[in-house]
Amino acid sequence: MTDMPKIRLRDLYKVFGPNDAAMMAHVRAGMGKEALLAEHGHVLGLQDINVDMQAGEITVVMGLSGSGKSTLIRHLNRLIEPTAGEILLDGENVMELSQDALREARRTKMSMVFQKFALLPHRTVLQNTATALQVQGADKATQEAEASKWLERVGLKGYEQRYPSQLSGGMQQRVGIARALTAGTDIMLMDEAFSALDPLIRTDMQDLLLELQVELQKTIVFITHDLDEALKLADHLVILKDGAIVQQGEPQHILLNPSDPYIEEFVSDINRARVLRVRSVMGPMTDEGFAGDVEADQTLEQLIARSGGDTSHCYRVVEDGVPVGVLDMKDLVKALVPRVSSAETSVK
Amino acid sequence: MAFYDGVFDALGLREWCDANAESAPMSMADLLAQAGGADAEASGEVFPFPSLDNLNESCDRIGQTRDFTANIEDGFLAIKDGLKIVLDPLTQPLSWMLDGALWLFTTTPWWIIVPLLIALTHLVARSIGVTLFVAFSFLFLGAIDHLDVALQTLSIIFVCTSLSVLLGVPLGIAMSRSNTFQRMMVPLLDLLQTLPTFVYLIPLIFLFSVTESKLYGIAIILYAIVPVIRLTDLGIRLVDKDVIEAADAFGMTKQQKLWNVQLPLALPNIMAGVNQTIMMSLAMVVIASLVSAPGLGVLVLRGIRNLELGVGIVAGIGIVLLAVVLDRTSKAALSRIDKNHKVH
Repeated sequence: MTDMPKIRLRDLYKVFGPNDAAMMAHVRAGMGKEALLAEHGHVLGLQDINVDMQAGEITVVMGLSGSGKSTLIRHLNRLIEPTAGEILLDGENVMELSQDALREARRTKMSMVFQKFALLPHRTVLQNTATALQVQGADKATQEAEASKWLERVGLKGYEQRYPSQLSGGMQQRVGIARALTAGTDIMLMDEAFSALDPLIRTDMQDLLLELQVELQKTIVFITHDLDEALKLADHLVILKDGAIVQQGEPQHILLNPSDPYIEEFVSDINRARVLRVRSVMGPMTDEGFAGDVEADQTLEQLIARSGGDTSHCYRVVEDGVPVGVLDMKDLVKALVPRVSSAETSVK
Repeated sequence: MAFYDGVFDALGLREWCDANAESAPMSMADLLAQAGGADAEASGEVFPFPSLDNLNESCDRIGQTRDFTANIEDGFLAIKDGLKIVLDPLTQPLSWMLDGALWLFTTTPWWIIVPLLIALTHLVARSIGVTLFVAFSFLFLGAIDHLDVALQTLSIIFVCTSLSVLLGVPLGIAMSRSNTFQRMMVPLLDLLQTLPTFVYLIPLIFLFSVTESKLYGIAIILYAIVPVIRLTDLGIRLVDKDVIEAADAFGMTKQQKLWNVQLPLALPNIMAGVNQTIMMSLAMVVIASLVSAPGLGVLVLRGIRNLELGVGIVAGIGIVLLAVVLDRTSKAALSRIDKNHKVH
């Protein structure tokens, strides 16, 4: 069991209502969300959720509002109790933890970043950032040293003594992230952390998160309703609809092989050239003449710019100096059209 | 015969009714009717309401309304002694506190107590305007020789408000934590707030001697404690759910959540409750003078009793002045807290 995922959700169900446990029989018998609501007055929040979240990866859970994504993330630290199923954290079932053990897990194993920031308005930025350490009972000097360190890391040096209401939304969320990082946990839960920010700030924050992630290698669970954001951040993408998983996997793979019309519709709107990478559309290695070498991690957009729009070339794809495949510009163009790509392109 | 005779006959209760037939005392209406020479029945309504008095005319087993009120009184008198044994020692500290505060406020020379109170105002309110107004008010009260009585009133308010807050805030916290407790408390609080104050003065007079200061202390606290309980409960329930969720997510214990999140965020509401509590205890202090509470209320009462218009009005103005002083001071303190709590 060397490859035990950091977090594993198994057969997770959530039914909202006074008699949720009794409703499980109906749900297991295959009753749908609408039928359950109409006949029994219970809301099916999540059904049959099975996800493995690997250590050091960003798992993005995406779905529209009402799809249950916020419910799902709150199950991980049991802010919401599941109706049935298991939540394994480092192989340990979170459902079996006592209240004290659960509190301890929330303090030391996972921290959370919230959509509406949820900072304490009566405390300074520094005190807010140190919340987790204060809760754990660390001494004042440690609290302030750690908090200052992370505030500086997220670019808020000099704002320590301000109050949250004196900061802009983007800065407040930086405090939120610094607060989560100060907790020093392996897992970070981010509930629509950037959804309340305007687009430019959001891009900044995504870059900040990716930059931090390179260095810190946290296990991040990120909730969003924005596909562009999901594709930018995700190592593993989970798409939710009406409380059930429609498709999950490597984001580029989902983009090229949407498994159902719902996802196809979803992915049809995005700028594929910017999201897809050379690696995802390249073919197996051949010995033809190459126009040049490209890095596997480049986006198609970068390659188009480089080729000057000429579709007659083939490029050799190189990763860490080793050739790994070939990219025909014709394949690249096909990959840019959703329907064609889903029907014809195969992914390595 | 009486209107309802037929009903009891029809139900076969006649014998039960007449079992110990001794006629009840006549009601005033009967007496008047007799004196007027008319037959009671003839002058009665065609279809009288089946009240206790009317039913009693047909069936002696059913008591008259006067028995009903008498029974309430007897019942209270019966449990009075037991109640006294429990309540007396419990409330005794209140007497000491009230007497002590009264002694402190009245024996301290004016040139100490007045500057002290003004300094306290400034410390709490941090507003020059309010401090100047308070200073002026005390000087005015002193100038018309009402300073002593005003300070007596103030001492009572200090003690009663402090105790109200001390008891009310924990009760409010308990209410905010349990919906069941809240459902139990709300009718009680409604009752305390709407029951005419004189009504609960009566049983209190039975329980405690009028010479004991705790009598009016209890009356004032019962009346004034309601807003601080209500607003503490409300304030805590209104705390942003997201922030509470964050507190949970970071593993705060209930205690930590209370002291770090709920109370600080509910403080503006709690302070508004304290302000209301102060104002209500001031209102009650006048009525409490009926049961020997010293202070400005006694002068108002004298004004009413002896129809001394001037005495009543001057004391009334003194009370208004005190009210404004207390209100402005507590509101200034409240807005100072609000400023620290600017929510985005």
